[in-house]
Amino acid sequence: MRLSPADLPFEPVTAVLLIPAAAAVLLALLPGYWLSARLNVLAALATLLSALSLLVQRPAPTGYLFVDDLNIVFIVLGAFVGFTTSAFSTSYIGHELETGRLTPTHLRFYHAMYQTLMFAMNLGLLANNIGVMWVAVELATLTTVLMVGIYRTPEALEAAWKYFILGSVGIALALFGTILVYMAARPVLGEGQDAMVWTALIEKAHGFSPNLLNVAFIFLMLGYGTKVGLAPLHAWLPDAHAEGPTPISAVLSGLLLNVALYVLLRFKMLMAANPAAIPPGPLMVTMGLVSLIFAGFMLYRRRDIKRMFAYSSIEHMGLITFAFGMGGPLANFAGLLHMTMHSLTKSAIFFAVGHIAQAKGTQRIADIRGLTESHPVLGWGLVLGVVAIAGLPPLGIFMSEFLIVSSTFARAPLLALLVVFGLLLALGALLLRLGEVAFGEPTGSTAPVKASYVPLFAHLALVLAAGIYLPGPLVAWFQAVARLLG
Amino acid sequence: MGNLSLDIAHMLAGGMVLLSFMLLYQDRMYALLNVFALHAVVLSASVAWQAHIQSAPHLYVTAVIALVLKAIIIPLALRRIVAQLGIHRTIETVVSVGPTMLAGMGLVGLSMVVMLKAAAEADPLAREDLAFALSVLLLGLLMMVTRRNAVSQVIGFMSLENGLILAATGAKGMPLVVEISVAFSVLVAFIVIGVFLFRIRERFDSVDIEALDVFRGDQR
Repeated sequence: MRLSPADLPFEPVTAVLLIPAAAAVLLALLPGYWLSARLNVLAALATLLSALSLLVQRPAPTGYLFVDDLNIVFIVLGAFVGFTTSAFSTSYIGHELETGRLTPTHLRFYHAMYQTLMFAMNLGLLANNIGVMWVAVELATLTTVLMVGIYRTPEALEAAWKYFILGSVGIALALFGTILVYMAARPVLGEGQDAMVWTALIEKAHGFSPNLLNVAFIFLMLGYGTKVGLAPLHAWLPDAHAEGPTPISAVLSGLLLNVALYVLLRFKMLMAANPAAIPPGPLMVTMGLVSLIFAGFMLYRRRDIKRMFAYSSIEHMGLITFAFGMGGPLANFAGLLHMTMHSLTKSAIFFAVGHIAQAKGTQRIADIRGLTESHPVLGWGLVLGVVAIAGLPPLGIFMSEFLIVSSTFARAPLLALLVVFGLLLALGALLLRLGEVAFGEPTGSTAPVKASYVPLFAHLALVLAAGIYLPGPLVAWFQAVARLLG
Repeated sequence: MGNLSLDIAHMLAGGMVLLSFMLLYQDRMYALLNVFALHAVVLSASVAWQAHIQSAPHLYVTAVIALVLKAIIIPLALRRIVAQLGIHRTIETVVSVGPTMLAGMGLVGLSMVVMLKAAAEADPLAREDLAFALSVLLLGLLMMVTRRNAVSQVIGFMSLENGLILAATGAKGMPLVVEISVAFSVLVAFIVIGVFLFRIRERFDSVDIEALDVFRGDQR
């Protein structure tokens, strides 16, 4: 039976925003770990269901919210990863509570912040107003800052402080860029509300002053690029991933970086719609390539396992930015596919790493050995995840990386060589560390750990399935989005 | 009349740039807080003047928020924190005053060149307001880079936000959503910072960021 929107108690768009917001308030008030952890999962599931219902029936755009082919990809993906991460978080946080790293008060705060983050990300994705978009990204930043610092260890505080300072500067630059876009739009669209509505902006973008748009895009690129984690603005990212609770690392890598990238893509479309403005592609290609190769080198020197995968996120965000910077239907399609695959794989890896760090009581790579013997399920889960993220066939990331490289070869062979170099660099580092961690004589604790394997293997199964066979409707959908991106 | 209103707007925005320079070379905590309060007062006056000449009464709200929150409440609160932590002595800077001022002048020159050229088609009032706002923003950024102390970094960040509000109010007819959100975000940001300062104090007996640098995940 197909649901028609009239059967639903809310408009799906409202529900996608209202459920996390209401859940955040409720979870802030409710004591007790057992109930609130389950409510958190339930709220995430309800958000996912309402996000899926957006696929069936799309509302007409208003001045504040809209749904189109592009943002629905991000919303569905975000709601899905948000749901699986909340399921993983239940067992992860239970363990943290037992070992006393977190107190029940912290947990109330943690769950409320988790839902606030979901709300902020959905708002950022749905917003039709570039001001609201900015507010949502700022809100998402603030909630993650608080969550990164939740352990209150010196390392966690340093990470949170660094993230806060760099994130705020990025956000400030992005706001200046937003103001400049408004200034560019004002002579064409008139004063007030209209000149900040994205659907109106994209229609009239060809008439904007190109000089103002150029300066605006540089600020937006630097500002939101900080949030995407592009080198050389990435300094906050490894610390924030390594020191916060692992579910937050999974959400940061799997979702928040995507949201920032989405906002950047919106402004890229705006720039592309104005023929007199500088083309935004080369800037994105350069920053993406620099991030890719830089992160590839940095991967070799990591001693902390979560930090290592944080650098791997920089590498992949660089590659995705590169693909979107190249543009064209094929590269955009590949970038979109790669983004989806990366979100699924990287959050799966963090699910595994979270439980591994709990089992071994450390995040130091040197102290973790022989995982496939001591914790076979987690160990092989990690092996599968790393094989996927390193881009080996037959998993999904291989396919998207292959598409990116081959589409680049056709247009700029030299750039394609650089991309291949960066990818091989990362592959080497990841396999080297994987060999140390997964095989050999087990060290440290071999006690079994209470883990939730379902989210981990659900993600990996999806990545594997996508590597083997992409369903026709999904391909058609992504192709439509790729055309939209230009 | 048109010229006079332009001149006054210029004077106020230029005053903010001047005060940003003054923030750069303050080496005492309390003096730094006082200059920041003055920075916020001038911002408030500038926003109020924009509200008057654009006949946009909602901007008065922004002016009042800037005055009450940034010129009174935040400096007083920071003063208490500084007193409690006992860090009212000399501030450590990474770069000495001379090079910092030179860099600041360079940044102001840069923002004038960029904005006056980019916004050549906009009306002179908005154009020059944007140029001043970008200068304030970049000077705030410079201050955050040249200071090690957490409180002075926070002040650098807030002076940067002042520059943003100057830009937002200079953009004629910009919807209120954004201004309130900016003011609100400053409040939220301040709460966050407050929480962090206290936690940092709790852990290290210091708000010197350098004390934090010891704990780098990779160097163990």
